[in-house]
Amino acid sequence: MYVAVKGGEAAITNAHRLMADRRRGDRDVPALTVEQIIGQLSLSVDRVMAEGSLYDPGLAAMAVRQARGDLIEAIFLLRAYRTTLPRFGNALPLDTAAMRIERRVSATYKDIPGGQLLGPTFDYTHRLIDPAMASDEPVAEPERRPDAADEACPRVSDILDGEGLIEPDMPDDAEPADLTREATSYPVGRDLRLQALARGDEGFLLALGYSTQRGYGRTHPFVGEIRIGMVDVEVEVPELGFAIRIGEVRVTECQMVSQFKGGAGVPPRFTRGYGLVFGQSERKAMAVSLVDRALRADEFDEQRTAPAQDEEFVLEHCDNVQATGFVEHLKLPHYVDFQAELDLLRTLRREAAEGRAFNEAAE
Amino acid sequence: MTTLPEYNFAYLDEQTKRMIRRAILKAIAIPGYQVPFAAREMPMPYGWGTGGVQVTASILGPDDVLKVIDQGADDTTNAVSIRAFFAKVARVATTTKTTEATIIQTRHRIPETPLSGGQIIVYQVPIPEPLRFLEPRETETRVMHGLEEYGIVQVKLYEDIARHGHIATTYAYPVKVEGRYVMDPSPIPKFDNPKMHRSPALQLFGAGREKRIYALPPFTDVVSLDFEDHPFTVQRFSARCALCDAANVYLDEVVTDDRGGRMFVCSDTDHCETRRAEGHRGAGLPQLGQDALEAAE
Repeated sequence: MYVAVKGGEAAITNAHRLMADRRRGDRDVPALTVEQIIGQLSLSVDRVMAEGSLYDPGLAAMAVRQARGDLIEAIFLLRAYRTTLPRFGNALPLDTAAMRIERRVSATYKDIPGGQLLGPTFDYTHRLIDPAMASDEPVAEPERRPDAADEACPRVSDILDGEGLIEPDMPDDAEPADLTREATSYPVGRDLRLQALARGDEGFLLALGYSTQRGYGRTHPFVGEIRIGMVDVEVEVPELGFAIRIGEVRVTECQMVSQFKGGAGVPPRFTRGYGLVFGQSERKAMAVSLVDRALRADEFDEQRTAPAQDEEFVLEHCDNVQATGFVEHLKLPHYVDFQAELDLLRTLRREAAEGRAFNEAAE
Repeated sequence: MTTLPEYNFAYLDEQTKRMIRRAILKAIAIPGYQVPFAAREMPMPYGWGTGGVQVTASILGPDDVLKVIDQGADDTTNAVSIRAFFAKVARVATTTKTTEATIIQTRHRIPETPLSGGQIIVYQVPIPEPLRFLEPRETETRVMHGLEEYGIVQVKLYEDIARHGHIATTYAYPVKVEGRYVMDPSPIPKFDNPKMHRSPALQLFGAGREKRIYALPPFTDVVSLDFEDHPFTVQRFSARCALCDAANVYLDEVVTDDRGGRMFVCSDTDHCETRRAEGHRGAGLPQLGQDALEAAE
């Protein structure tokens, strides 16, 4: 009995061995390869990279495999690796206007310069389980655009901005905040907020964004534009004096055109909610842009009444690695504290039975 | 495919350690004050000791002897895991003996054997803010600490007495440090609170998820909050340890059968083993077969 409540090194080793066995599954079935995960579970890989804050499909795929498909566990693995990497500088802001677009839709205009492009989307599919998924049937090659890539695709928000109908993007040369390098102290800037949201839990942000649509911090949103594609990452090397391209990343950007505001010499104009996420994840980018706009309540003198407008609440609880760690720590032994509670509870019950509690309280 | 590099001594890179050491020094200079620090993501989950692990990693040297306990025991799974982590990434000597350790990382207990000068005890802290369950907002609680506005804690303790006849806080019992900051002692049972008072050891507290470090330098005044007519008291056990016959120690209640059978044993396994080695025999021992006894050790 006494032994049973104590863990030991042997127990841990055996548990991990069993877990490795379960991860591998039936040995007669070929093991998943990292290439298969990158190629065929790419949206899982994208989510792990986004919330793991590290753009590396290979590592993310290994993490998905190691985590047996548990994406939060995979995100955790990637984060724990990322934390050991040095931060050697800031990239220049990504120029999403120059994105090599794979998908681009606007809900505010029927047609836009550069056109609407559905791209690889689940939208308009009928959600019927496809019998073809049970086997490996040949898949037709997709249609590709003939060199349309030359055509300029200005951002819808820039088109609105040209008319002064939306608040301008304020350029800011200050070094962006980094929540992985400093303790957060509230209130925070929008840069840090967007960073936290970009790595925040998709499910949590989805629910918060949804809550703003249901009246808890309403922002009257329109999807100005969602675009997905590859953008160059450039850094400025001091010795060179100009920017060089160090690689490219796939990102999803959502510009939400929201409730207009005016006053104090400023004519009314739309406001912005913004979301940028690694990989292909419209759901996440849209949720981020809804929450971003809701969190800007103070800027527009809106009353902060809803959870999605509460910066400290949103930012302190959107990180799933923190959340899962702390929730799951409840399964660690707590018997010392529980013993203390037991002891008190027994005392209180004894005193209640003896009718003394009331008298003492009345003193 | 990416290959993973070797990790630095004690896992964290030197820049990070330096940043954490600065936070520790500030914490020592202002006893009981929660110093924000840029906690890193660690390879163990938040809530499982990432704050304590970062503090330990930052103060650990190659000559240190490390002891890790959880619930007072060296052999609980999480203590085993953290000890193995440092044995692997820092290759330091480890021990289960309180007296031999230079650094003791703990969750939920302070060893029964009094700590001595030169030792450092590192507490794992889940919620560093003693006012958190009375005021959820950090922006508010920082102002309250700044203004030394601690009335709501006393009110909470008073309401306990009004409702139950007792202060109903049994662990993580708030203390006042050097007459200034109210501090969360981490979820140790209040039984251990008096051990913090004027301890000759350096006491460091790390909260990873909440990104806070605080400290008690040696011989700091640590007073548990109370009222004149309801003075602070610690738990008293009517039982003695069934294995080593110790009295006045914190005991774990072990359920021995489904008919209400209970036995009480030391929560501090090192203390219990040391006493048994000295020849103390508890009342529970004769009933245990020789095999079970060996297994228990």
